[in-house]
Parts: sequence; structure tokens; C-alpha cells
Amino acid sequence: MHIVVCIKQVPDSAQIRVHPVTNTIMRQGVPTIVNPYDLYALEEALRLKDEYGARVTVLTMGPPMAEAALRKAISYGADDAVLVTDRIFAGSDTLATSYALAAAIQQISKDIPVDLVFTGKQTIDGDTAQVGPGVAKRLEMQLLTYVSKIRSLDTDRQEIVVERRSEGGVQVLKTKIPSLITVLEGNNEMRFATMANMFRAARYPVKIWNKDAAGIEDPTKTGLKGSPTVVSKVFAPTPRATKAEIIQCESNEPKDLSVTLLAKMFTKFPNIEKELLKRSA
Amino acid sequence: MSEETKKPAPAGKKKFELDERLKAYKGVWVFIEHERGAIHPVSLELLGEGRKLADMLGVELTGVVMGPPGETTRSFCQEAFYHGADLCYLIEDPLLQDYRNEPYTKGLTDLVNKYQPEILFLGATTLGRDLAGSVATTLKTGLTADCTELNIDLDVRSLLASRPTFGGSLLCTIQTLNYRPQMATVRPRVMAMPERDATRNGRIIEDTLGMIESSIITKVLEFIPDEMQDKPQLPFADIIVAGGRGMKKPENFKLIWELAQVLGAEVGATRPVVQAGWVELDRQVGQSGKTVRPKLYIAVGISGAIQHRVGMDASDVIIAINNDPNAPIFDFAHYGIVGNAMTILPALTEAFKAHLATARKAG
Repeated sequence: MHIVVCIKQVPDSAQIRVHPVTNTIMRQGVPTIVNPYDLYALEEALRLKDEYGARVTVLTMGPPMAEAALRKAISYGADDAVLVTDRIFAGSDTLATSYALAAAIQQISKDIPVDLVFTGKQTIDGDTAQVGPGVAKRLEMQLLTYVSKIRSLDTDRQEIVVERRSEGGVQVLKTKIPSLITVLEGNNEMRFATMANMFRAARYPVKIWNKDAAGIEDPTKTGLKGSPTVVSKVFAPTPRATKAEIIQCESNEPKDLSVTLLAKMFTKFPNIEKELLKRSA
Repeated sequence: MSEETKKPAPAGKKKFELDERLKAYKGVWVFIEHERGAIHPVSLELLGEGRKLADMLGVELTGVVMGPPGETTRSFCQEAFYHGADLCYLIEDPLLQDYRNEPYTKGLTDLVNKYQPEILFLGATTLGRDLAGSVATTLKTGLTADCTELNIDLDVRSLLASRPTFGGSLLCTIQTLNYRPQMATVRPRVMAMPERDATRNGRIIEDTLGMIESSIITKVLEFIPDEMQDKPQLPFADIIVAGGRGMKKPENFKLIWELAQVLGAEVGATRPVVQAGWVELDRQVGQSGKTVRPKLYIAVGISGAIQHRVGMDASDVIIAINNDPNAPIFDFAHYGIVGNAMTILPALTEAFKAHLATARKAG
């Protein structure tokens, strides 16, 4: 059993600040983390490894510094790590990213065939949830998104049964491997790195592949060139014409402020009062 | 001298020319999502938005309905007409009983290749995102996720799809220039629900799936429906009281629950609050949580970062309570109280209680 887990190094979005005048992102000093959703995928792969025996390879596409994310994954217990990095990948949208990742997975498969590919449900920087489905289609693997639980794995029959979150319920699906699974958050908790794995991670020779090593056959399908979508404008949200009416009254006591607020609001928006009366009736 | 020769050469940027073979792509499509016998509201919301864009482009608005054979599936076409569609492509097949990626991807991809729409929208639901990513990759075209605004650049007949970027701090507009169709997903409640007009009608064009069960690898073993009564239904709540980091401690959050109870409201929260474990994930409002459109939204201790704003901006009336008079929430709320939430919230709860009791007596 060989599982490839796709991870991404992302800026810790909670710490991103926008320059108040130029409206540009101030990236300096923003720490990077492994996309939190990908850790659920990695932990799920490590659990399959514990239970069924498996080799877990972590894969990322990104700048050279993304190697740190792979070492983190090794410290948690992944066996092997591949960084796909090349200037020509810069500016890739989700379609171009899925092309490069699929090529790399095929390359990884040449050594040991890949049975399962795991990803997080989405990243916290792009939030698109599009790369997983894209990679599955390119590799012609069965696609299982928003998987909340792996019920069983039969390595002899190459069958896997999973629970998948859908609108209004849970679908229980049985499919054949190879398949690609995007793992939902909150179903497991990342284990602690062991001392032995931390030492291993520090010394581990991460494979660093450029476009040729990653088996990219058509470079025009990667990077800006290979991206059908283009960002034509970045802008701050337009402010409302009128700002909030700040409630003030003589005493400015919480009680008086509250009464003033309700009087103003119910005069201007009588339907709100009606709605509230209706529900408390 | 003829008029033409006097005309000055066009100034400015070079005009974008669409590839000749892509000019045949015409029309705006909405994938009509349904599960267990009902259309997902996001599809109707998309029809409302799609109608505006189709009118701008001077083309038809089309719904795509796929499902098992029967009256229910057919009735979805009718609903699509009532909500603005001119035409529906309909594929009925027993293999489409439950959603599965393979047959739905094939059906939708085949329709696109055959009838060539210039724009295709899907809801950003678990189903829509699964299908959109697969279809866009199969068609090798552009897909923009979770758009909050849709428009058309009429000069180049291009979809302008805007969405939050950089973790939600800014918005960006994305175009798919030399590829068709231009695909985008939109989350439930981001667009307004159009009026249902039962006098409208449209044409149905039927097609076939052309698959057999044995060729589909993934099988559905069972479906376990959610116990609805336990799950917060934030996107469709009319009144929401939401708390943010300004509530300081998890214990203080009970003040939010108390006001919500008096108002018969749902409780919402920001991402930091959910991540800290103060409330469950289903209550998160914003870019990475739910989008809401209540009649009244009370934001307490919420600064109003764009990540949160995009999820609640469409509320009819927004009340903000925050101790920072410069908090961005006051730029788009309707009413604001500057002060300590821990003292104002109990007073506000009392004021609502008293007012509603008096009004009820009077009524």
C-alpha cells in the first residue's frame, strides 16, 4: 500500500495584514504553516499505515522554502517527501497546479505504484477545494471528496469503503483503489512528533524535483501560461455609502443606549419588530 | 471624404480577441442541484443572478437538470423556468439516482461539449464543488470558486468573477479569457433569491447519459440523513446574534446565547471563536464558514474583517457592538454602540425583553 499525501505550505492567514494606504498584502514576517486541513489528511494516512501497513509519501508544489512543510510531515511519521519546485510553476491556478501534481504522482508511482492519494478538503489561502478533484481526473482515479471516515480497506480486493459528507447527510460509498480522497476536518487529531522522527526529519534528504524530474511533459500547461484563469484586479471592498449610526444618549448608560437603539431601529424598520413579535408569540 | 477615414485610431489597450472556435460558445447555464427530491436553493439563487448576466449578454438562460426518471426530476425543469430559465437540458437516467462523481461529470461534460455554453455556474456545496472541479479539469477550462460578485465585461464578453483573496483580506476579480466555458461556483445565500413567477415557461431538451451501471466503479451503499433538529440552520435564519474575539472568554459567550434566546435567534460566531472551540463549526459565519442573509444581524465583539463581512454583508439590518470606535464593522453596520460588550449585552437583552413584552400587550 502506497499513499501519497498532497500538502501545501500556506501563510498563517490570521496574521496577514493589508497595507492601509496601498491595499497591498504585507507578507513580511507572516509565518507559514502546513495548511491545517492537510494535517487531517496526513493523520488519516498515518492511521492506515498503522493499521494496514503502508508507505506514506508527502508531496508539495511550491517555492524552495516549502521544504519545511515536508520536514514537518516527516517528523509526524511520513516515510518519504517530494518537493516539486520550478520557476515555471509560478502563477499556477488550480488547473495548472493539478497538472503538475498529477505528473509528479505519476513519477512517484514509477518507483512504487500509488494506491491512494490524500489531500485536505481545501487550503486556507485559496479556499477553492478544486485541486483534489483536478488531480483525480487527470490521474483517472476515483474521486471521493469530503470524506469524514474511512470505514474499511480491503487491500486484496483493492476496495475501500468511506463515509462522505454531502448536503443533508452522509453517503457511504464503496470504490476501487487507486482513488483520491479529500479528507474532512475534525475527524482525527494530528499525533505528536516522536523524538526519533524529529531527528529523522532534520536529516531527511527531501527529493527536490524541477519540471524535468517531475515528469512535466508540456511546460505550457503549468504556471501562468497553463492557467485559464487570470486575476484582472485586486481591490478592497467598497465601503457603504453611509456608516453606522452610532447610538448615543444623555446618560450613555448601557440600559439607555439599548432603549434608544430599539426605538430608532423599530421606527425605521418596523418589519424587524413584527418579525420578533411573531417568533416570541 | 467619408466619415470612416476621419475617425481617430482607437486609443488605449489592445482589444482582446476571442479565439475563433470559442466564439460559438453562447448562453449562460446553471447546474440545477437537487438531493432527496428537492432543488437546492443555491441553484435558484444562481438562476436569479444568471438571468441578469444572460440579459446583459443577450443570450438564453439555461438550467441543467440531471436525475432519475420521473415526475420529480421533470418538475425541477418547471421550477427552473419559474425562477428565470428559458430552457432546460434534461438527462433522466436511473444511474443518476444518487450523486456520484463519475456519471454526473460525464453527463454535464457531454452537454457542455454538445451545446457549448459560454458560462456555467454551480453552487459551492459539497456536491457542486466535487462536480465543478471534475468538469473544469475534464474540459481544461477555468473555474473560480466561491464568487461573491458576478458581472460581465461587455467589451470582451467575459465573465468577471470576484471572490475574496489572501485569506479574505481583499477581493479579486478573475477572468477566464481564452477558454470556454467560463466556470464559477457561488455559495448558498450569497445571491438573492429571485421572485418565483409561475406564469413563466420554457423549453425542455432531453438528452441521454449513455452509461451502464457496471461501468461505474463507485457504488452508493447507503445514505444516512442528518438529524435536522440538532443542526443549526444558520444560512436560512432570520435573526442571528453573533460573537467574536471581543467576547474575551468562552464563559462570556453565554451572554450571546441569552440574547439569542430572547429573540428566537440562531447563534453565530467568527472563525477565531470557532477555532478556540467556544462554539461548534456549523455556527461559523464568513468566508470559510456559512453565508447568511438574516433580517437582523447583531455582531458583538466582532471587528468586521472582510473574511467575516463577506458572510453577513447582505443582512437587512446590522447592529454592531464593539469597544473600538474605529473597528471596520462600523463602516457597514446600520447601528453601532461603542462600548464594553459585557455590560451592553445584558442591558440590550433586557431592553428587547421589555419592549417585546410591552408591544405584545399593546398588540
